[in-house]
Amino acid sequence: MDIRLDGIGHSYGDVEVLKDISLDISSGQIVCIVGPSGCGKSTLLRFLGGLERPKTGEVLQIGSPPEGSLNPLTYVFQDFALLPWRTVKGNVSLVLEGHGLRTDQSSAIIDDVLARTKLTEFADALPKQLSGGMKQRVAIARALAVNPAVMLMDEPLSALDSQTRELLMDDLVDLWSRQPFTAVYVTHNLAEAVRLGHRVVVLSRRPGKIREIVEIDKHLNAREFGDADLDAHQKHLWRLMRDEARAADAELLHA
Amino acid sequence: MLNKNSNGSGVQKETQGRSVTFRGGGFSPKPRRWIGPVVFLFLIVIAEWGTRAGWISALTMPRPSDVFVTFQQLYESGLLAKHLGPSLSRLVVGAAIGVSIGIGVGVLIGLFSYIRSGMVPLIAAIFPIPKIALLPLFVIWFGIGEGSKYALIAFGTFTPTVVATYGAVDNVDRSLIRMGQSFGLSWWSIVRKIVLPGAMPGILSGLRISLAIAIILLVAAEMLGAEYGIGAYILEAGSLYDLERLFAGVVILSLLGVIVSTLIGLIERYMLDWRS
Repeated sequence: MDIRLDGIGHSYGDVEVLKDISLDISSGQIVCIVGPSGCGKSTLLRFLGGLERPKTGEVLQIGSPPEGSLNPLTYVFQDFALLPWRTVKGNVSLVLEGHGLRTDQSSAIIDDVLARTKLTEFADALPKQLSGGMKQRVAIARALAVNPAVMLMDEPLSALDSQTRELLMDDLVDLWSRQPFTAVYVTHNLAEAVRLGHRVVVLSRRPGKIREIVEIDKHLNAREFGDADLDAHQKHLWRLMRDEARAADAELLHA
Repeated sequence: MLNKNSNGSGVQKETQGRSVTFRGGGFSPKPRRWIGPVVFLFLIVIAEWGTRAGWISALTMPRPSDVFVTFQQLYESGLLAKHLGPSLSRLVVGAAIGVSIGIGVGVLIGLFSYIRSGMVPLIAAIFPIPKIALLPLFVIWFGIGEGSKYALIAFGTFTPTVVATYGAVDNVDRSLIRMGQSFGLSWWSIVRKIVLPGAMPGILSGLRISLAIAIILLVAAEMLGAEYGIGAYILEAGSLYDLERLFAGVVILSLLGVIVSTLIGLIERYMLDWRS
């Protein structure tokens, strides 16, 4: 299943946040969206999953979601959004309940996704017992459980420290290599973008427009921390963004 | 100690430091188990000593040991059970009605704009009414029997429960609700699995207040048409100026309060162990 953004524009009151965004997201690819703060990248992601409606333009699903997909458009949130009163297993099972699955079916799914995210031995732990990185892995396991057509990741690693972030990036690359998934990955961190993105979409400052789309051909598995060609991409992205970011930083909020 | 620099330039260098003054700490009370009983014991001993020594007159306050004897007689004569039974059933039935309607209305206020706009001013209007003042009205509406007593206690527990509940629903993390929506959970699932458990801490702490009010109202409820009951017992002792019996009754209410509070503490420990 592909996703097409067709002329998306949006404003909050008088403030125009997004303008004329058109983009195709083809399946099996990770598309990273970067941009200076306040450029509407998270808003764009909310449009993609139907949590908010754009003022102009529309989001189209092209083709049908894979067989057995319980929730084709699935988010991974920056703040994890785990229910603190449910165990790891319970948090995953939350999104399987209400789909008429038999107990053995859903526990098979839970076991599978927990194994894929290396959480099997923490199945009965409560979120408060887990580190930030583990919490985000639970959220990723929960997203995988519904077999999504597209994963919508809203700064998933931004709440984590830089070491945990590296580890989780490796985990995401592993997950993708074993079973490619489609993802839209919003981040302000350019290192994440060049590490995980097949394509990196650079938005301008408010109102956000597509400034450039950078294609990175190198295979995800072959990318390493500190690769020279990735660094070159990252520098290029930063050059694109620097002036925008500076101008965005100097703007008054809601002015 | 200060040393002169070797070159004698007059620059002074401190070689022995002073330890940095500690100025953190405090502002985080921790439970000290034995302090509570000690305070109770201290007050009782003071009262006993004062009444025996005579610097507290018998008219001002009964002797704690006499109150204890009265309590013992009450227990041995079987009257305690006779008074406690009806009171407890009034408390349980009344509070159950008030709390369950209160939680229901509170959740509705927390979730729906129109109900919120319509009900919040209404609740604000009935909250400050002394429910005791309405007892004659309840007697007309629900009869002189148990009905009016249940109604009074239910009404008294309803308002604080509503206020606590909608506050608690307001405080449920919206990002969890968005998460539920993003996974396509039904409205009812979101309410049952996210809103209600998320509001539980607030609802339970509201329950502490509601149930204390229920005990307060017990005495009021038994003002009219009650032969037996702790409230009736206290009122009768009061009108006869029988301080020993009055205090014995008051002690029972206090104990009830402590028991209820402990029970809620246990429920909190069991249901809210997910809180960090």
